[in-house]
Amino acid sequence: MNFIDGIGMISPQQTLVPGRFPDDVVEYTADFLKCIEPVYKTYIDPIPLRRMSRLIRMGISSARICLADAGIAMPDAIITGTGLGSVEDTEKILSDISKEEKFLNPTPFIQSTYNTISSQIAIHLKCHNYNTTYVHRTFSFESGLIDGMLQLGEGSSTRVLVGGIDEMTLNHLNITRRIGLWKRQPVNNLQLLNSRTPGALAGEGAAFFLISADRSDHSYARLRDVSTLIDIRGSYRRDQAIRNFLLQNQLQPEDIDLLIVGISGDAVFDPVYHQFASDFFPNAPLAWYKHLCGEYHTSTGFALYTAAQILKSQECPEILLLNHKAPSRLKNILIYNQFRNINHSFLLVSFPD
Amino acid sequence: MSKRIFITGIGMISAIGDDVDACLASLLEQRSGIGPITLLPTIHQGVLPIAEVKHSTSMLLDMAGHPGSRNYTRTALLGILAAREAVGNSGITETGEYRIGLVSASTVGGMDRSEQFYQSFVVDNRKGRLIDVVNHDCADATERIAADLGIDGYITTISTACSSSVNAMMHGSNLIKAGILDRVIVGGTDSVTRFTLNGFNTLMILDKRGCRPFDDDRAGLTLGEGAAYLVLESEEAVGRSQKQPLAEISGYSNANDAYHQTASSPDGKGAFLAMTKAIAMSGLSPSQIDYINVHGTGTQNNDLSEGIALERVFEQGVPRFSSTKGYTGHTLGAAGALEAVIAVLSIRNQVVFPNLNFSTPMKELHIKPVTELMTGVPLRHVLSNSFGFGGNNSSIIISSYI
Repeated sequence: MNFIDGIGMISPQQTLVPGRFPDDVVEYTADFLKCIEPVYKTYIDPIPLRRMSRLIRMGISSARICLADAGIAMPDAIITGTGLGSVEDTEKILSDISKEEKFLNPTPFIQSTYNTISSQIAIHLKCHNYNTTYVHRTFSFESGLIDGMLQLGEGSSTRVLVGGIDEMTLNHLNITRRIGLWKRQPVNNLQLLNSRTPGALAGEGAAFFLISADRSDHSYARLRDVSTLIDIRGSYRRDQAIRNFLLQNQLQPEDIDLLIVGISGDAVFDPVYHQFASDFFPNAPLAWYKHLCGEYHTSTGFALYTAAQILKSQECPEILLLNHKAPSRLKNILIYNQFRNINHSFLLVSFPD
Repeated sequence: MSKRIFITGIGMISAIGDDVDACLASLLEQRSGIGPITLLPTIHQGVLPIAEVKHSTSMLLDMAGHPGSRNYTRTALLGILAAREAVGNSGITETGEYRIGLVSASTVGGMDRSEQFYQSFVVDNRKGRLIDVVNHDCADATERIAADLGIDGYITTISTACSSSVNAMMHGSNLIKAGILDRVIVGGTDSVTRFTLNGFNTLMILDKRGCRPFDDDRAGLTLGEGAAYLVLESEEAVGRSQKQPLAEISGYSNANDAYHQTASSPDGKGAFLAMTKAIAMSGLSPSQIDYINVHGTGTQNNDLSEGIALERVFEQGVPRFSSTKGYTGHTLGAAGALEAVIAVLSIRNQVVFPNLNFSTPMKELHIKPVTELMTGVPLRHVLSNSFGFGGNNSSIIISSYI
């Protein structure tokens, strides 16, 4: 069995102190939800810090917050999921080479490499253990968790550090808005569902988790299972997948006490979640989280953070609930997220008994 | 649960050939794919050599059966061609009864097209054709390959710089061992872009004469492009189809050098750990390794660090070794898979392909690579190294099938 034993969460909410879900929610009216960043010199030496781009800073800091929370100095594996890596550095190089390839600074190139976060964490911890990076859109974090559980299952590792991290920049917002991913106007994150327009509210975040093969007295939750499904052919496969997922975990739909879905305020794709909820979990209390962190490739890191806090505190904050049904019991939480109705993922977490 | 992982199909495209047979012919003839830049539009034409796949993207579209389409990046096309060959080679037909997945690696993804987009975008941020930027990420090529092959099981993408595709092979093997998949297509694809060429150039690690791995006078690496995929199957899947595997994966390991983002440690700690742990997993003793396809990029730093690690791991004598990057160039995210395919070819054909462009042994080392083609060499176990930026070091052992 695998347990979440430590959390480091940098997000647009006040999540820097891992102990509990924030009491007060931060309200924004913005083009995208930007992270509330920590004082980096608490976590990173000043000399390397100066040259480090924002995503790398967020990655190392959230990893360190997580390890401190778990009370662990050296994980047996470091695994990062990131949809796009350091967008800021990638843009710098693309911009420089567009100007007659007069591109002279190697730092952005070095930092643009997707594995920089995992490897910078390794360098900071002097950790020579297993180290890898997954870069598959909304599967990035999930693949990292699956690999983490494989490392634990194989027996040589007992504590693995797994994270999901992505950033938003103004240029990237501009491009992806033109593609149609986002709302055209700034919106209020707490009024997101009233907009009823296509496009989500963009966001970002860095979430690291210490997954341990052993339960401890400060375990937040049990990470039971993670599954991803690419559904190019049509949604009937997703239906089959959720049935199999529950079956292989010996659960019935009624055993799910809370369903957390990736509803993002996008009028085109939100019906996918409503359909899923009504088809399979018509009686389950329904919660969402993207009004708090926005939409990004590794947003399920925020969802897992939320689920872990709920299970530990045995309280589901009102701000998360969608259908006015308060959970009567908090044992099993299912997270369901999708991207373009093609990339579907399920994460199952339970009370750590 | 499968304890053994079998390789039942291989596919490859690179500067030395469009398929495995063509690549093998070039290797046997010691023909390098490195030469002047002919396709990549860059100011470095005529200055820096690279190892290009000698087809324009439009020709690759024709070869893949998508003439004129704007939906495919060069990286995706190279990947599709190599993955199709691997699947064809394995003879996989029935898909329904097996759980089949795809684990692919890349470091640049659709950067070739993002560069085109940015040309207009930097002038005016309302400009740039969106079709040139929607395929920017590394996952795009993976999903294109999956769609092309009709794979809709577990799929994911790995990017750990130059060790990416060995990590893809490891993850695929672990998925089979855990009983999550019966078959998995693993490998990597990368195209040469101005992004990577200029990036490596700012680090001053590109050899203007072409790479000279393990030579005392070496002056850097040479970028290449290509893709390679391998079909891995569980014992049970191979048993049921009564297929004769090409080879077997008998050990692998991933370790981190944890020293510097772009430089290897002086004692080669990460490389040492990756090799020793891979050998330990295989249950072999170091003396049973018959040949090593080294990472051998030709940079001052890598070859010294890797060489020192080799001498430490193989205290009783370093086995025959060579770098094949003098043929294919350094294909980054594809390199580990390319070299795994070459390892299978070495085993199947009982040959050691010589290291090109070598003349003087490194003064810090007591070892030198194989420089003459060796034929009729029985190779039972081949170790292949892939080491990357960020200290991401991985080693894999490929063994003959018995």
